[in-house]
Amino acid sequence: MDLPERVKTAREQGLVGCTRCTRPSPAGTPHCPRCGSRLQSRDAMSLQKVWAWWLVGLGCYIPANLYPMLETRTLVGTQSDTIVGGAVDLARHGNWGVAMIILVASVLIPVGKFVVLAGLAIGVRHGPQISEAWRHRLYEVVEYIGRWSMIDVFVVAILSALVQLQALATITPGRASLFFALSVIFTMLSAQSFDSRLIWDSAKGARPARNPKERIA
Amino acid sequence: MHHAPDDLDNLIVCPTCDLVYRAPAVAARERAYCARCHTVLIAPRRKAGKQLIALALTVLILIAAATVFPFLAIGAGGVRHEASVLDTAFAFSGLLSVLAVAVLLFIVIIPALRLILLIYVLAPIIRDRPPAPRAKAAFRLSEALVPWSMAEIFALGCAVALVKLSDLAEVFFGPAAWLFAALVVIVVASDRLMCRYSIWTSLKE
Repeated sequence: MDLPERVKTAREQGLVGCTRCTRPSPAGTPHCPRCGSRLQSRDAMSLQKVWAWWLVGLGCYIPANLYPMLETRTLVGTQSDTIVGGAVDLARHGNWGVAMIILVASVLIPVGKFVVLAGLAIGVRHGPQISEAWRHRLYEVVEYIGRWSMIDVFVVAILSALVQLQALATITPGRASLFFALSVIFTMLSAQSFDSRLIWDSAKGARPARNPKERIA
Repeated sequence: MHHAPDDLDNLIVCPTCDLVYRAPAVAARERAYCARCHTVLIAPRRKAGKQLIALALTVLILIAAATVFPFLAIGAGGVRHEASVLDTAFAFSGLLSVLAVAVLLFIVIIPALRLILLIYVLAPIIRDRPPAPRAKAAFRLSEALVPWSMAEIFALGCAVALVKLSDLAEVFFGPAAWLFAALVVIVVASDRLMCRYSIWTSLKE
């Protein structure tokens, strides 16, 4: 692609770029003339929104782990499983593969999302400890993976709809499924609120001195 | 530093990192990336519009059929039970019935609405007609719905449920299971076909 002599950001050129259709407009233009989206050079509220959704998301993720995700009724009795409890149970029955998959998908990835989002927001405010390219990569992963966490809720729904074998076995969704779904939705909103252009703004400015207390991600 | 208004139409700003480029001429099947953050900026395909409409129509039909036909059935001890997407949504009851609404929204209503909007926007473009009324708002909404359209995630959820149940009971594929498999492939294919820059530039009157 033909790069101009010295590539500059839209903000440095007194322009504001549309994040939907990529058209630049003079700074201060309220709406993009090409696609009609609202224009903002940087979303000034970005970090506040990220933190607000992040907190609500975390608030929902805690009960999602305390309440049972599934209730299984069989001839032998009733069993309530939390996310971690269910995985531990599977591992005890020798089903290590599935247990690991559940632990990675329902525990490691959601916790990782919270850590990365917090790290990105802290990095913008207090000076990043890792390169722009890496932070951008982390952000892309979190944005991409976010919606896939909903798979847990769908699996609960499928199992509950399917396993309705009268006295033999029935599965019903537990309260945790609602909290888990809400947690996924709120973390998606948190990731969407993050203005990725903020990551690159620090590229030009001087980097603050390293401070071990502000290590991120 | 200062650009004339029609000059601005030939510039492109990376939506992810804010760098400004002169929009390059990109041949079909080529891609223009941002040099700094590697976001794909322009990725035109020949006849992409027609193919996108065809794929969107296919997915619409698949979603409609997959909603009502059972996708999995299980049997154990002479009892057999099958489930469709509608059964799945209504597995949540009482306090959890909000989730029934959410499941229907994420896997049926939002994906379908998004595809209908996309067809509405693209149909006049591929016939070289002026854009449909409020086409810009329609495409904006369709784009905003992308992350919330989760039909393909549900399809993979079926595979996970299948693995979880396989040593508990006998599991059978219903007719909709094959529709789901096709759906995942088509959703990925249409994602690769879509060049948002090309669509936006053809929508400006």
